[in-house]
Amino acid sequence: MLGLFSSLDCSLDVFFVEALLNGVLLAGLLALLALGLNLIFGVIDVVWICYAELVMIGMYAIFYFVQVAGIPLPLSFLLAIGLVACAGTILHYLVIRPVLDQPPINQLLVTGGVLFLLQAAATMAFGIEFRNLGIRLGSVNIGDMSFAWSRIITFAVALGAMILLWQFLTRTYIGTAIRAISQDRQIMPLMGVDQKKIYLATSAIGGGLAGLAACLMVLQYDIYPQIGLQFGPLTFMICVLGGLGNMVGGFVAAFIIAQFITIGGSCVATEWGYAVAFLFFMLVIFVRPQGLFGAKS
Amino acid sequence: MITQKHIAWAVGLAALLLLPLLIRMIFPGTDRYYLHLVIQILIWAFIYTGWSMMGRFGLTSLGHGAFTGIGAYVTVMLWNFAGITPWIGIPVAMLVATIAGVLVGYPCFRMRITGHYFALLTLAFTEFIRLCIIGMRDWTGGSLGTQPARYGDGLSLYAFQFEPNRVLAYYIVLAVWLIGLIIWVKVDRSMDRYALDAASQDEDAAASVGINVTREKLKITALSSAMCAFGGAIYGQYQMYIGPDTIAGLGVSLNIVFAVIAGGIWSLFGPTFGAVFTQVLAETLRVGLRGSETLSKLLGQSALALDTFIYGLLLVLFIIYMPKGVIGTLGERWKRR
Repeated sequence: MLGLFSSLDCSLDVFFVEALLNGVLLAGLLALLALGLNLIFGVIDVVWICYAELVMIGMYAIFYFVQVAGIPLPLSFLLAIGLVACAGTILHYLVIRPVLDQPPINQLLVTGGVLFLLQAAATMAFGIEFRNLGIRLGSVNIGDMSFAWSRIITFAVALGAMILLWQFLTRTYIGTAIRAISQDRQIMPLMGVDQKKIYLATSAIGGGLAGLAACLMVLQYDIYPQIGLQFGPLTFMICVLGGLGNMVGGFVAAFIIAQFITIGGSCVATEWGYAVAFLFFMLVIFVRPQGLFGAKS
Repeated sequence: MITQKHIAWAVGLAALLLLPLLIRMIFPGTDRYYLHLVIQILIWAFIYTGWSMMGRFGLTSLGHGAFTGIGAYVTVMLWNFAGITPWIGIPVAMLVATIAGVLVGYPCFRMRITGHYFALLTLAFTEFIRLCIIGMRDWTGGSLGTQPARYGDGLSLYAFQFEPNRVLAYYIVLAVWLIGLIIWVKVDRSMDRYALDAASQDEDAAASVGINVTREKLKITALSSAMCAFGGAIYGQYQMYIGPDTIAGLGVSLNIVFAVIAGGIWSLFGPTFGAVFTQVLAETLRVGLRGSETLSKLLGQSALALDTFIYGLLLVLFIIYMPKGVIGTLGERWKRR
């Protein structure tokens, strides 16, 4: 353990600032991932353990569209978002709907079965090799610091998507119905809102957000069947830390966790950044089980 | 009085004791492979039984991959770097896992963290332990895993290494598995079981009749984590290889939970059936694919994932149509007749 921290060379220098800002850029992506999961939990009261696997399916879809089918990149992105939105709807219709009356933990585990299914399907279809689109967007240099364009674009798009979703939830009828149902599940059917339709619409939006995250992630990460295991636990942690179902809380939590990862990663080693983030998460939940911004139930 | 049940137990036990002989007679030449399969099943059955101790009371932990990891790694690290025999190393590993389990469990139970939150919190714990194992790569070998140092010809009482002699290994893990079943029955017949049953249905009501809910839950957590650590250590001693993804981490946690649910979480033989089911499924598909030319041509190397695919599909179907598991559902049918 002693040898571990001897290499600790963190000071307020340019590298620290660079790590800090890269953390902010990473937080945009993590917040987008958490947003979809939070929306689904808030409305349907189910945790999709396989959420990151939907993102993985979207990434492979883009890879297939571009490399095999030869479809231009922007169109591939749109197709992938549509595809993952459909996948979300199908997931709800075939898997979640039959277990809505079962104990919550069974609902969580059933999507765990889907996690194995999707991971294996991706392995069978594409093998275990790391794939990427080979897109190089270069980077922008500010003084001694450099930031990848792909990260900056990711951050901007993620932020834009969040604002759009917020507009949708507050300005449209179906958005209002979605917010209402997340506040009171029993009373809304009496008000003439079709619960089944709202659930399907929410699943489609949640899937679409996963698809969008996939579009942004192919710009900076390799695609492989286990990528869901890398981002899935992180996403759950951010959702719970912000208060499950609380979208604004998830946004703030994403920034906190991203700072642990990037600063920890640049000071010691990547795993220790993640490890400290998980430890911090556990300690916070021990003190505030409802999350940092969750309402006390 | 000797009942039908006693006779069934005696016959079953005798059959298990004679199994190596039987395997040698039926599969001469390949008996080592089949024994290996049975040993794997028994080790995992013990770990699954350990998990079901908590799982049956509504404490769905995704953290047991951490306990098996702690069991395996502490034992091997102590042996490789301090020369401490597993006879001391395994109890130390179990103690470490128990302390870890209580440290995570106590705040959870005090703050009434249950359901989703408990599952996701224990998931974070698993990830934390896995990342620690990878992070300490100078000792643990990082993601590549490591091996316990072989002592002599690999067959030693002092080093608790028994891998070359499969028949001996079989009897050791058979004993371990039987101990697991005995603990299960002891817990099933204890007052704690009724207290925990009550607490899992309504914590306030249970507390109001004088049950110390936190203490009861901590007791079962300590037992469950120690059992899983023991299982993990035995796994390491038999396989002579441990890796962060084969014995620790989220994959292991999920495997444990799903195998138990498939087999039946509330029955004595449910976890064991889950182990038989998952291991036999994986092996049959692996061997079947290697044998069939059309399938291996169609899927190539990635055919290895077919068992996970079918496994995931079955799990979804099990939870939707058979939430009590195979053994649980069969038992219910049996009683209803």
